[in-house]
Amino acid sequence: MNKNLLNFLLTLILVGVTAFVLPWWSVMLCAFITTMCIPLKKAAVFFVPFLAVFLFWFSYMFFLSSSNDYILAKKIAVLLPLGGNAFLLILVSSIIGSIAAGIAAVFGKQTVLLFKQ
Amino acid sequence: MKYFKFGLSLVLTATIFYVLNTQMGSIPPLGKFLNPYSGIWQNETDENIKETIEIPGLSDNVSVHYDDQLVPHIFAQNDLDLYKAQGYITAKHRLWQMEFQTYAAAGRLSEIIGEGALNYDREQRRKGMVYGAENSLKVIREDEKSLSHIQSYADGVNAYISQLKPEDYPVEYKLLDYKPEPWTIDKTMHLLMYMTDMLCGRDSDFEYTNALREFGEDTFDFLYPDFYNFDEPVIPTDTDWSFIDTEQTPMPQSELPMDSLSSVMEKPNPHNGSNNWAVGPSKSYSGNAILANDPHLGLNLPSIWYVMQIATPEHNSMGATLPGTLGIISGFNEHIAWGETNATRDVKDWYKIEFQDETRTKYKHGNQWKNTTVRVEDIRIKGKETFKDSVIYTHHGPVSYDHTFKGDSEMTGYAMKWAGHIGHDFVSLFLKMNSGKNYEDYKDALSNHVAPAQNFVFASTEGDIAIWIQGLFPNKWEGQGKFLMDGSNPDHDWQSFIPREFNAHTKNPERGFVSSSNQHPTDSLYPFYVFNDGYDSYRNRVINDFFRSKETFNIQDFKDLQNTNFNKKASELLPYMFENMDTSGLTSEENDILNIIKNWDYVSNIEELAPSIWDSWWTNLYPLIWDEYDQKEDMVLKKPFTYNAISMLKNNPEDEFMDILDTPEIETSHDLFLIAFKETTKELIAWKAENGDYNWQHYKGTYVAHLLQGLPAFSRFDLPIGGDRNTVNAAGKNWGPSWRLIVEMTSPPTALGIYPGGQSGNPGSKYYDNYIDEWAAGQYNTLNFLPSNTATEAIISTQLLTPKQ
Repeated sequence: MNKNLLNFLLTLILVGVTAFVLPWWSVMLCAFITTMCIPLKKAAVFFVPFLAVFLFWFSYMFFLSSSNDYILAKKIAVLLPLGGNAFLLILVSSIIGSIAAGIAAVFGKQTVLLFKQ
Repeated sequence: MKYFKFGLSLVLTATIFYVLNTQMGSIPPLGKFLNPYSGIWQNETDENIKETIEIPGLSDNVSVHYDDQLVPHIFAQNDLDLYKAQGYITAKHRLWQMEFQTYAAAGRLSEIIGEGALNYDREQRRKGMVYGAENSLKVIREDEKSLSHIQSYADGVNAYISQLKPEDYPVEYKLLDYKPEPWTIDKTMHLLMYMTDMLCGRDSDFEYTNALREFGEDTFDFLYPDFYNFDEPVIPTDTDWSFIDTEQTPMPQSELPMDSLSSVMEKPNPHNGSNNWAVGPSKSYSGNAILANDPHLGLNLPSIWYVMQIATPEHNSMGATLPGTLGIISGFNEHIAWGETNATRDVKDWYKIEFQDETRTKYKHGNQWKNTTVRVEDIRIKGKETFKDSVIYTHHGPVSYDHTFKGDSEMTGYAMKWAGHIGHDFVSLFLKMNSGKNYEDYKDALSNHVAPAQNFVFASTEGDIAIWIQGLFPNKWEGQGKFLMDGSNPDHDWQSFIPREFNAHTKNPERGFVSSSNQHPTDSLYPFYVFNDGYDSYRNRVINDFFRSKETFNIQDFKDLQNTNFNKKASELLPYMFENMDTSGLTSEENDILNIIKNWDYVSNIEELAPSIWDSWWTNLYPLIWDEYDQKEDMVLKKPFTYNAISMLKNNPEDEFMDILDTPEIETSHDLFLIAFKETTKELIAWKAENGDYNWQHYKGTYVAHLLQGLPAFSRFDLPIGGDRNTVNAAGKNWGPSWRLIVEMTSPPTALGIYPGGQSGNPGSKYYDNYIDEWAAGQYNTLNFLPSNTATEAIISTQLLTPKQ
């Protein structure tokens, strides 16, 4: 199987498993570990875990919020402020988690490189 | 190179972790806040009202039936289980608010919000809020029954808190990045002090002292009369006081200190007030007594009220509860109904304290030096060092003002004497009321009440109606406590209290109805000293005129009266203004506006322009009269009450206060009308250019503000509700009818109720603010009183609370 796909799936699974056990930074930890196990190359190092976390967070938030008519999301999108746009809030929230994961993955990759002589 | 890349990525990773995990100013920690599994997305949900819940310490099963308004109807087998369930269920829907209000009461907001709240917290400590709460808790600890009830409530709240996981915390905790602490019985006392302060924490002693010194006694009495020229007291004027055999305290020969303060502590909103009334069988369309109550308080989300039914096999009551304390505060049971308005009596006085020396360990009282005590207040501040504030106490009470706080001399201070500090069992009052069956039980429930003094209205299925102005009132000498007093003169101490049985009251008065709306408690014949400290002058007359207007009244009449927007205040001044204002020089634009208000029927409805013109005109006019006050800098003053101001405008148009000091001409009130009117037209035209039509709804802009500094995202704005603070429907900008109740004493009673909020404290719930639109429109919800533990068709779900094994 393609390494990118493998990394993507493993990240997704790990994120899903740790989601309800660890705090929000589990996405960083998962991306870090996955990258150590399945190192990727170039931009993929960042973007594969980014996409995995994005997919997970986005779908989960969308599921929670849509089944409640976006009542709270609309309000938080006024608070932050994102013009009261619930979709934008879901997008921004997902990107925040994804960037954190992506950066942690880059760190994972650099750690692997450091110890792999 | 790889070391560099490693280092860089490490720094980046650490940075992003830190940034997303840490609160930055008002921005919450975004990673914690926005992640889907423990962030706000977990609050994006409806209430779970189905599953069975295990609660430690319950002795039996408790049923909680929810109706479609999310009102819980709790049925327990005994009182301890009942109050445990009340605590649990209230916390389940209102936890953040309950806790936040107790932080506010106890002067602990800095712990949550940070340094911005320090001044507020210091004021709460210096008012002795916790001191008062401790005094009452001492009394409660002596009564095993009260103590066990309040402890059960706390246990119930804690049962809820202890099973919470961080993802379950209400959204405000996530926003401010903190977590709930265990509930204690002290917190219930803090909440009660919060109410006490809100309702009887107001006084104007320093302001009156300054006015007395600056204007002299004659002018003072003219500006601040003890009684007005109309007579609609709470207790009807034909009441016979001959049963009172205690005398008013004689006035001592002494001097009052004439000191001045340049600023005083924040006061409770002077518009906090309420209406209540009841008609007896003779005036009721059905022959059943009917009762109504609407407390006017700040309009907040989550609402200060939470509706519940609480029942055991022995008693069964329903109505508005205060999250944080037990029982039903304004409501009914199978036999009786009750409601409160604020008695607004002066129960807070100030004493000038003379210390022996700078150590402030002794103060003068009579011919001796008495010892002071010190209470060190540790105010913890989020992200900062703890602030220590030493508050000196005398036998009067806390020395709130001294050289460390708004005062200027180390040798003097100002001590507060406040009925709110006197220990009493506020909990048992409502628990007795909730299980009351008749007038005697109601009277007994009130018999030990201290503060906040309330006008307790009553109606029963037996057809009795009554009102008691109940609280502990000092028996004052003429003038005592209106001004700052001499703390070293024992004659200035409160000498005794009015025996509670001599507190003003009436049962089944001849006129067939009782009513109160924060007006004068009695006429001038009541044999104790009572002065006008801001009593209502408008609503009471509209209400009483209404009940004198016809023979019988039905539920629709009650609804209409609670929602009436008739503006008595405007109706008493505007005709005089139209007649006496010189309109010859008005521009056509000004004339247009004048014509609009001339055609007004004095009803402040939302679509009208005239109420906005009136509001602006009055707002410009009133300060023009009192420019003399603004010239006196460095002292606190209180401008005379509206009713007296209007009376002067009409009856003393050439009084010297009418003159504007800054102009060479001598103005009369008629000149002021014109000056204010021109200012108003300018303002309204500018307002219109910026905001569009100035109809009353938009111009007033009533809003319900989230408790946390009015966060706009969680608040509701521009509500379509008419009226202003002087109409019976006392809907101001951010305060108003915080709960409307109407109960007909059928068997069992039939009741309606609504408040501007919703049963859920979660901004993510559809029940968060779902009552607001109906409330604004003057509609009511049926209060589905269940006679027994059986779900009716009104019930949408039943949740079982069971003992945890």
